[in-house]
Amino acid sequence: MTLAFPVAMKFAVKTWSNGKARAGQLQLGSCPSPMETPALLLSTRKGLPLFISPDLLPDLPYPDSALLHVSPLHFVETMSPNIISKLGGLNQMLGLHRHAFAAFPRDSVQCLPEFDSSNKLGASFDTPSGRRLIKPVDYMELICSLKPSLWATLADEVPGWVSDHRNKASVDRTVKWLDDCISQSPASGAVFGAIVGGSDKEQRKRCALEVSKRNISGFGFGESMDDRPALLNEVTDHLPGERPRLISGLGLPEEVLQGVAAGIDLFDSSYIYHLTLGGFALTFPLDLLNLAEEFPEKTMGIDQSKINLKATVYRKDTGPIVEGCVCYTCRNHTRAYINHLLNVHEMLAQILLEIHNTHHYLGFFQAIRSAIKEDKFERFCDMFLQKRRDHLTAAVAVGA
Amino acid sequence: ITRKPETSNCAPALSQREFLPAYLHCIPLSPPSASASASAFVLARFNRARAARMTLPHFVCETPLFMPVGTQGVLKRLDVTSSKHSPVDGSPMLLTPEESIQIQNKIGADIIMALDDVVKTTTTGPRIGEAMYRTIRWIDRCIAAHQRPDEQNLFAIVQGGLDPVLRDICVKALTKRNLPGYAIGGLAGGEDKDSFWRVVAQCTAALPEDKPRYVMGVGYPLDIVVCSALGADMYDCVYPTRTARFGSALTPEGVLKLRHKAMAEDTRPVDPTCACMVCRTYSRAYIHSLVTKDAMGSQLLSYHNLYYMLQLSRDLHYSIIQGRFPEFVCDFLKKMFPNGDVPKWVCNAMEVAEIDIGAC
Repeated sequence: MTLAFPVAMKFAVKTWSNGKARAGQLQLGSCPSPMETPALLLSTRKGLPLFISPDLLPDLPYPDSALLHVSPLHFVETMSPNIISKLGGLNQMLGLHRHAFAAFPRDSVQCLPEFDSSNKLGASFDTPSGRRLIKPVDYMELICSLKPSLWATLADEVPGWVSDHRNKASVDRTVKWLDDCISQSPASGAVFGAIVGGSDKEQRKRCALEVSKRNISGFGFGESMDDRPALLNEVTDHLPGERPRLISGLGLPEEVLQGVAAGIDLFDSSYIYHLTLGGFALTFPLDLLNLAEEFPEKTMGIDQSKINLKATVYRKDTGPIVEGCVCYTCRNHTRAYINHLLNVHEMLAQILLEIHNTHHYLGFFQAIRSAIKEDKFERFCDMFLQKRRDHLTAAVAVGA
Repeated sequence: ITRKPETSNCAPALSQREFLPAYLHCIPLSPPSASASASAFVLARFNRARAARMTLPHFVCETPLFMPVGTQGVLKRLDVTSSKHSPVDGSPMLLTPEESIQIQNKIGADIIMALDDVVKTTTTGPRIGEAMYRTIRWIDRCIAAHQRPDEQNLFAIVQGGLDPVLRDICVKALTKRNLPGYAIGGLAGGEDKDSFWRVVAQCTAALPEDKPRYVMGVGYPLDIVVCSALGADMYDCVYPTRTARFGSALTPEGVLKLRHKAMAEDTRPVDPTCACMVCRTYSRAYIHSLVTKDAMGSQLLSYHNLYYMLQLSRDLHYSIIQGRFPEFVCDFLKKMFPNGDVPKWVCNAMEVAEIDIGAC
């Protein structure tokens, strides 16, 4: 069992809450400033945001926005590992020297696991280039050429409802591939061991323990689970406390809160993507703890979470998306303008929305960290969920 | 709509302006009567070509100048509007000169365009003349309807198809109205290049020297160089951004198709001589992986292509100021036609422009 590398990553828990939530500090090789956790990984396609122009990246909060998720599968059949190496790996190839890349195959939008076609040789994914069977050796060739700051081992991911037999096989394979991948580790980059196990607590525990044994960080999959908190806890209980935990697929705010409560530090999310494509802009108040205490009635009955800028009500709204938001979009443009862009199908709408939504969601993570540091995380969760429920209750009451 | 002053992207290095050889002279602009809001100052000439500085309420720019098209209110740089586009729901609409000017007054652009009656250059028969005379009648209605002549510059548009007689009538009539600027319209529609340049040449020769000339819908870099040699100052076209969306980049050697398989292994920038953010950062191989698959590919190529067009504008402007315009044209043509196969129409146009391209 080989351990990958010495100092690609430093992680330390700075604040423990009463529960399992923790606030930490993560130092990654390519990133000059340490990042605070819990943190959000921003989604990319081939390393660049979907819409945000590269020259506007520095406008996002930093170092909050420093961690970018990339799926190696995006490069399958579009860029060979050879050419990626020639271009110097991700940071060099993209001219992003202040950012850190986290590489793992799963991309909730474009690269979804296709468990039916996976076998003992490799994991099957639906990629932009079609369905592909990814073997550990090919996967590692890509990882080595990309040179990410952190990467996850290849997993045989299965949904929660498969047979026990299939589920057990997925853990067996994932553990085997764990070793296959580690043995071909690149010279730098922190490795995260993939943890699967579906809805079976025992399998989750077994997988987590295998990862722990190899003294690496844990990477879990957050596909919709019935009993998510229990399953998450089963995993985090058996991972070393002083190492960071990353989860893929827990993207919605409520899911993030569940993950944080279970002791998870890093999250990727397709939430911003779906919001942006739908023409939605996040508006939920971030300063929850103070706001709710002062004005409990103020926010009853309104969907405080987001607005749909396609709606005609915004045609003449000359205000920014969120008053006081300092993102590029809110500093320069109005709701009316974005409404117009959406109506005439201009790509600028998606660019402006992705900027704002990213900014706002990073603000959400910042609020989570503050709450943990002030030991008010549970209250924060309660307030947040209460707001969501209030809106739904009021909507139902009005309808009735 | 909130507006902020745009800073000039036209490399205003004053040291460049110190280069004024003795035989060039600056032509001051006589105060235009139809508007007090723009002043154009021709800084230098080379035969028919002119390099000028135009001061507008929101912008100072140097010509020759390419203006990116801002359809539907996106990609605004220099604020030029016209209100010729149909409503976004696709239904046909009739636009009167008064309505057109009213809308443009509201939008507030620095330069507004008169409503003209445009016909396809391939049209024949009395329709061309009808459109030209209508354009003249409408300019008076536009002038009368214009509520903000102190802030917005109304440009008239010369029509007349490919008929020199009609064009001449139109130029004379519009010139009489003494407007801040003139556009040459009705071209860039599929006519053969030989007809195209002759119309531009005729109009630039006849239009007032001290007013900007804007050739609408142009276009290809080669066309811009030729028209500038003939005495035009401003251009607009969807070409750079449209071709970017199809995965093509504009380079000194011509169009580079990033979709081509050969690009997948090419580690060079799109244009090694270009200083734009895209060429300084990304390789052809990487952009190849994006084009036609990810929106970012279109974005990066659009960015480069627009930079290329603005750099071309800058190069034209300064080569005229520095008295080396023919050298610039030769160099441009050599790069684009390394085998010396410069198209005949370009040779003919350059002869009229009195630019010696014999060496290339």
